[in-house]
Amino acid sequence: MSSGIDLQGSFIQLLTDYGLPIGVAKTVWIPLPMLIIVAAVTVLALVSTWLERKVSAAAQQRIGPEYMGPFGMLAPAADVIKLLFKENMLPAKTDPWLFAIAPLMVFIPVFLSYLIVPFGQNMVITDLNIGVFLWISLSSIAPVGLLMAGYASNNKYSLLGGLRAAAQSISYEIPLALSVLAIVMMSNSLSTIDIVNQQAGYGILSWNIWRQPIGFLIFWIAALAECERMPFDLPEAEEELVAGYQTEYGAVKFMLFYAGSYANLVLSALLVAVIYLGGWESPIPVGWLASLIGVSESTPWLQVVTASLGIVMTLFKAYLMIFLAILLRWTVPRVRIDQLLDLGWKFLLPVSLVNLLLTAALKLSFPVAFGG
Amino acid sequence: MFVLHGYEYLLGFVIVCSLVCAAAIILSTLLSPRRTGVERRTTYESGMEPLGAAWIQFNIRYYMFALVFVIFDVETVFLYPWAVAFSQLGLLAFIEALIFIGILLIGLVYAWRKGALEWS
Repeated sequence: MSSGIDLQGSFIQLLTDYGLPIGVAKTVWIPLPMLIIVAAVTVLALVSTWLERKVSAAAQQRIGPEYMGPFGMLAPAADVIKLLFKENMLPAKTDPWLFAIAPLMVFIPVFLSYLIVPFGQNMVITDLNIGVFLWISLSSIAPVGLLMAGYASNNKYSLLGGLRAAAQSISYEIPLALSVLAIVMMSNSLSTIDIVNQQAGYGILSWNIWRQPIGFLIFWIAALAECERMPFDLPEAEEELVAGYQTEYGAVKFMLFYAGSYANLVLSALLVAVIYLGGWESPIPVGWLASLIGVSESTPWLQVVTASLGIVMTLFKAYLMIFLAILLRWTVPRVRIDQLLDLGWKFLLPVSLVNLLLTAALKLSFPVAFGG
Repeated sequence: MFVLHGYEYLLGFVIVCSLVCAAAIILSTLLSPRRTGVERRTTYESGMEPLGAAWIQFNIRYYMFALVFVIFDVETVFLYPWAVAFSQLGLLAFIEALIFIGILLIGLVYAWRKGALEWS
């Protein structure tokens, strides 16, 4: 296993060469990957709103955004500018503090979860040893924000939307956590880096999706429900609840909700890519190709190619899942609230428990194939 | 400086994310117009005059779900260390987890039969 490019090491080395003490060099490094990730995630979320419009349009035989930039690609930027220039309304009957904090409670945990999303062997802000568990715990903060928004608005639609959002997200959190648990068991680690490394070796054949097909389906369904995507978008079902908990929100506060929900979709898709689709690994291993043309894996230019290919691969897999989510939106009708809860509690929960026990049994029987 | 290695990044990221939010809100405050008026600050209720407030007593339909959720969430937290250490623990740990999950499954079946998992 090649260790890949170590950007942090090279950066700190560079600064210490200029005579800075190592502590200062490390402190200078800390905010850099974070700012890059925040900017990148914002761009990724904007790209997925554009993709959502274009794919939705194609699904309905329309053209979609066309005039703003090539293929309407500047439409999301226009959205952001519009929302920033809108008046920041505060309805008279709201609780102003809760009303202001709620979007932050939704936005910040989603962005914090990107701390553990790897784009390459060293392309992660920090390789925490609790890894995916951090994401699972952070994802349970968002429902509090949704409930807050619903309650603070003092609007009946918002209240119902907030209650539905909380019920939905607690129902799908357990299947989600249990399907991740089966993967954790196979890789003996919670770290996302270890989870990807455990899938390396045989290219597409060694990805977790073949060993955890049930887990993959459970994870994707539960992730869609957590993101409030169709067919699980009950909290903001516009025919019934106008816009759910967002009804009273406008301008920059609405923008935070909107950015948060798309960033959450991108996050779920990235985690599917990392956990089930081999992360930054190519379908045909790069090391194998390199040995075929007779280049050593530690050659500098090959390392750069491998690292870039890793980022492209991760994003490609993630956007494939986002594309699937958008197509699902136009394929499946919205479920009713009781059907939603039945699916979560009476189907996904027992199935994910069985999947966990099955994984444990298979790991005991075939330790080599299941990460012994 | 930090007892737990790697968590200084978590703290740093909290600060960075909060600053991004603050920047967006401050930018919008500077850019956006401000007008006053009583009518325009009324609560939205599909164009009708709002009938009463929403801060009333209401039936939290899903409090039973919340109770079952707490049970299973705690169960999941217990299972995480088990899963990480599973390859060292072997067959005995599997049987123990089987009993543990079995007890909780009986609990789920009980809640199901009692109708705790119904929305109405």
